[in-house]
Amino acid sequence: MSTPSDLSTLIFGRLTLDQLPLHVPIVLATFAVVAIAGIALLGVITYYRLWGYLWREWFTSIDHKKIGIMYIVLGLVMLLRGFADALMMRAQQAISFGHSLGYLPPEHYNQIFTAHGVIMIFFVAMPLITGLMNFVMPLQIGARDVAFPFLNNFSFWMTVSGAVLVMLSLFVGEFARTGWLAYPPLSDIVASPDAGVDYYIWALQIAGVGTLLSGINLLTTIIKMRAPGMTLMRMPIFTWTALCTNVLIVAAFPVLTAVLALLALDRYVGTNFFTTVLGGNAMMYVNLIWIWGHPEVYILILPCFGIYSEVTSTFCRKRLFGYASMVYATVVITVLSYLVWLHHFFTMGSGASVNSFFGITTMIISIPTGAKIFNWLFTMYRGRIRLEVPMLWTIGFMLTFVIGGMTGVLLAVPPADFSLHNSLFLIAHFHNVIIGGVVFGLFAGINYWFPKAFGFRLDPFWGKCSFWFWLVGFWVAFMPLYQLGMMGVTRRLSHFENSSLQVWFVIAAFGAFLILLGIVSMLIQFWVSFRRREALRDVTGDPWDGRTLEWSTSSPPPQYNFAFTPLVHGQEAWWEMKRHGYRRPVTGFVPLHMPKNTGAGVILAGLSLVFGFAMIWYMWPLAAISFVALLATAIGHTFNYLRDYHLPAAEVARVEAARTALLDSHV
Amino acid sequence: MAVVVPLAGCQAVLLSPSGDLALRQRDLIIISTLLMLIIIVPVIVLTLLFAWRYRASNQNAVYDPDWDHSTRLELLIWAAPLLIIIALGALTWVSTHKLDPFRPLDRLAADRPIPTDARPLVIDVVALDWKWLFIYPEQGIATVNEVAAPVDRPIRFHITATSVMNSFFIPAVAGQIYAMPGMETKLQAVVNQPGEFEGFSANFSGDGFNGMHFVFHGMSDDAFTQWVQQAKSGGQALGRSTYLKLAQPSENEPVARYATVAAGLFDDIVTNCVQSNPYCMGRMPSAELGQSVAANFCAAPAPQYRRTSRSANGADHVHPL
Amino acid sequence: MSDTTLPLSSGGTSEPLRFHVAEEPHPPNGTLLGFWLYLMSDCLIFACLFAAYGVLGREYAGGPTGTQVLELPTVALNTTMLLLSSITYGFAVLEMQRNRQKPMMVWLAVTGLLGAAFVALELTEFAHLIADGNGPQRSAFLSSFFALVGTHGLHVTCGIIWLIVLMVQVKQKGLILANKRRLMCLSMFWHFLDVIWVGVFSFVYLMGVLP
Repeated sequence: MSTPSDLSTLIFGRLTLDQLPLHVPIVLATFAVVAIAGIALLGVITYYRLWGYLWREWFTSIDHKKIGIMYIVLGLVMLLRGFADALMMRAQQAISFGHSLGYLPPEHYNQIFTAHGVIMIFFVAMPLITGLMNFVMPLQIGARDVAFPFLNNFSFWMTVSGAVLVMLSLFVGEFARTGWLAYPPLSDIVASPDAGVDYYIWALQIAGVGTLLSGINLLTTIIKMRAPGMTLMRMPIFTWTALCTNVLIVAAFPVLTAVLALLALDRYVGTNFFTTVLGGNAMMYVNLIWIWGHPEVYILILPCFGIYSEVTSTFCRKRLFGYASMVYATVVITVLSYLVWLHHFFTMGSGASVNSFFGITTMIISIPTGAKIFNWLFTMYRGRIRLEVPMLWTIGFMLTFVIGGMTGVLLAVPPADFSLHNSLFLIAHFHNVIIGGVVFGLFAGINYWFPKAFGFRLDPFWGKCSFWFWLVGFWVAFMPLYQLGMMGVTRRLSHFENSSLQVWFVIAAFGAFLILLGIVSMLIQFWVSFRRREALRDVTGDPWDGRTLEWSTSSPPPQYNFAFTPLVHGQEAWWEMKRHGYRRPVTGFVPLHMPKNTGAGVILAGLSLVFGFAMIWYMWPLAAISFVALLATAIGHTFNYLRDYHLPAAEVARVEAARTALLDSHV
Repeated sequence: MAVVVPLAGCQAVLLSPSGDLALRQRDLIIISTLLMLIIIVPVIVLTLLFAWRYRASNQNAVYDPDWDHSTRLELLIWAAPLLIIIALGALTWVSTHKLDPFRPLDRLAADRPIPTDARPLVIDVVALDWKWLFIYPEQGIATVNEVAAPVDRPIRFHITATSVMNSFFIPAVAGQIYAMPGMETKLQAVVNQPGEFEGFSANFSGDGFNGMHFVFHGMSDDAFTQWVQQAKSGGQALGRSTYLKLAQPSENEPVARYATVAAGLFDDIVTNCVQSNPYCMGRMPSAELGQSVAANFCAAPAPQYRRTSRSANGADHVHPL
Repeated sequence: MSDTTLPLSSGGTSEPLRFHVAEEPHPPNGTLLGFWLYLMSDCLIFACLFAAYGVLGREYAGGPTGTQVLELPTVALNTTMLLLSSITYGFAVLEMQRNRQKPMMVWLAVTGLLGAAFVALELTEFAHLIADGNGPQRSAFLSSFFALVGTHGLHVTCGIIWLIVLMVQVKQKGLILANKRRLMCLSMFWHFLDVIWVGVFSFVYLMGVLP
């Protein structure tokens, strides 16, 4: 039995040339653009001989700051893809009425909304959040690096592998057409026999490993590596929220791993966990995935609450109002986020008592959240508010988020939810909290910490353009969706009969266009800032007159972060130091213990990518080979005991002397 | 206030429904929104006010850089949302029980109790790929993508699905409830005004999802009787084999009516026993079942018995009420 | 920019505050904590599998019930071996703490063998079930049974591979600090699997054979 077709099936599994979307012009054009841009990028890197530099200084780096920056770059790149999906959906819904079917057939449209959700949550919001936590948190607690530097690099590359798989699905085969949570029975092998759901499963599993390990890593870092004197109640609020978020990651992502593994078993082995026959129960999937899914939204929002706290207190030049209540509010939200998952499916018919229990727990979360809003408000009260870009994002957030919070509580009232569930009202609500809460927070954070990472500030003019386009664009894009929800329009439709709805969709599409201008402004902002970097240069390391430890070191910080580990005496460590006329030490440097770079993370993640791809296409021999290689590399890596070194005191002294000279020349 | 705009929209069906259940859900939406605005409006006003008043360039404003605590304020900012949530929570508890879709109606409309002799009209609803089948056990007829009921008579929908999950939703009449294969959910509703109302699936169910809508007719008693007669005289019979053909995936199905319905069809759909097959009632001879499940889309729609006691969330899908 | 410092509020106290430590501090190693956190996350995976079994464990779909397919005597033997292996790992750790490499290696080897026997017996049980047409595809009950017990078995297998790798590493490098730390991690892992097994044994096997 070795006819050629058998052989090709053995090697390529179910992957055939038909799976390449040569017959779909839109995808083909996209592919051409991506390919040309990709080749151009690779060409530039090769031309300037940057490969060695990138490999040595970035890809294999275990420096938490560089990994943080790479996470953020990944998130921003994927934002472009996810937003392109959003534009395509808005365009389709704006024109597909009556006889006009729009330009996207359902099987294509359904992939787009699935990919949009998956990409925005897993490969935009998560990398940006993890990136900021990675970059900022060790600096805020006065640490040299994270607890497990190699693991950090590995986690990042696993996230990249997941993202690459999702991107591959655009050009090889297709992505899932099930919605971003892939509910069975729609996602089981009977209703979705194609490779799409398998792309979904493996991309999330591979990226999920990265997220989970990074959660464990950052959690251990916060618990074990705080500078002397920094008790828990002296931690900066951003670090507190990072702590809670990582607790949530460690306690939620295993559930996602388990539930996707069971779905994979149903699809690959033919088990009956979520089937409609032989005792399977699809409702169990819905429950389990939301037990992960609800904490997930708090994983995203909590660090952003931390960012707003830092930004508000810095730009109001005032201590944060109600530090303790802020901390307790964060912890309460963390705990409660596990008790609300059922509000995502009141309509399953779990009975009035169950529904109202989960509805009320959901409402209770709004109490600590409300307290937080008031705390920011009273931090502004009697402050000296500098309306710099990060503060603008924060004010924009406060105005936008309260509306999203209100519609959220509305959806938590079960009888109201029976009318509003799965409607465009729901879509408007969660974009209201995720854009108005998470995205605004991330942009505030990026504008706030950018000078720390690169040594120059971001251009404020284009930053403000970006902010206003986003803010106005958001309201224009999503207010019509609230309205459409009230008109009983449900989500995930690619065609409408009732043409009286069209005007609302056209307005929404215009809003999306404004958001596009916001994104373009941000890209221009990066470019202009890079060109004007000398004018925007920050030599002090403290461009905003900050209050927490990250501003006490240079911008960008040296690889060891702090020449001497700081000693903390209060909640606002750097502010205290400034108040007491702290002088930077210029002598007495000691050798520093530092971790060494390694390429193992890239290799392991690359092998995981191959393994995932092979599993998706049923290429069993390749899957077996890559799995064995993965195992062997992982074991081989454990034989490497020389993972750290001592940075000589002379080197530290050289770097610090250069900074002294720089500071003296800018007095 | 941008949120007020949708509230003012006159075409918004959720805000001017035609059924009592939907009307009470509408009232709840409005009351809850107003309750929350008690907090939201001051927050928005204060944010704008503080951002303006304490801007850095306004050197006349008080600057108090070390003021970071006030027990009275802290008490207020925790207590105010707490009070609102207590009110809203109480409202939620009561209304969730009162408006539970499984629960028989307690009134036809405000100030109009249910007549003692009223029997609810039973309609069995089946979400197929990608169309809706309605069976009237009492009248012995069935329809596709069209459903009718007399005005002011309580309706009891029994809802299930064949292959994937859908959500049965007629916004003008009542809130939605999931239609799930192998399970039966219920919705008790009433329509108070005659008219044609749009109904559809509110849960994405695959490539034919766009076309999964139907018309709900609210009719007078006479018109309803006529409508039934029409179906009886005009339509063909819905036997098991016709049903199996109908259950094949199809998109944008036109309205169809059936004069008779095979006895026990709905129960057999819920328990997957329309045709004798290995999945009905747990009779399952073949050992290579995993493969055959994967291979055979149409023969594998539902599990072997009606779930009555246990399910994923420990809840009871076949509601006792 | 730092010239905007505020005047000292506590002007009276003149005690100078130190704001950095002169010596490089040695933060406590976080490996054991990190590994413990990992175990807790792993525990949640098992929690999901237990939950799945709890929901589906009586969904026989006309197929065999727990009473019909679960063989308690075999499982009792299996359980004994896994519990014993935990004890022998404990002995290995005691020897490690006394820095006696050779007896430690012997105890580790015994642990590995007991673990291997456990896996072998479990695989035999699986093979019997599948041969009788009672594979994981047969019913939701069997799906959840295979997933839960199989995931545990997979963990034990990983533990055995890890054990072998560690023995090689101890042989190469001796009982250095890094190896001791790894041995402690594996110890936690091994005992953790034992605890999970107690749950599996009680919840799946003992309760499974109840009518």
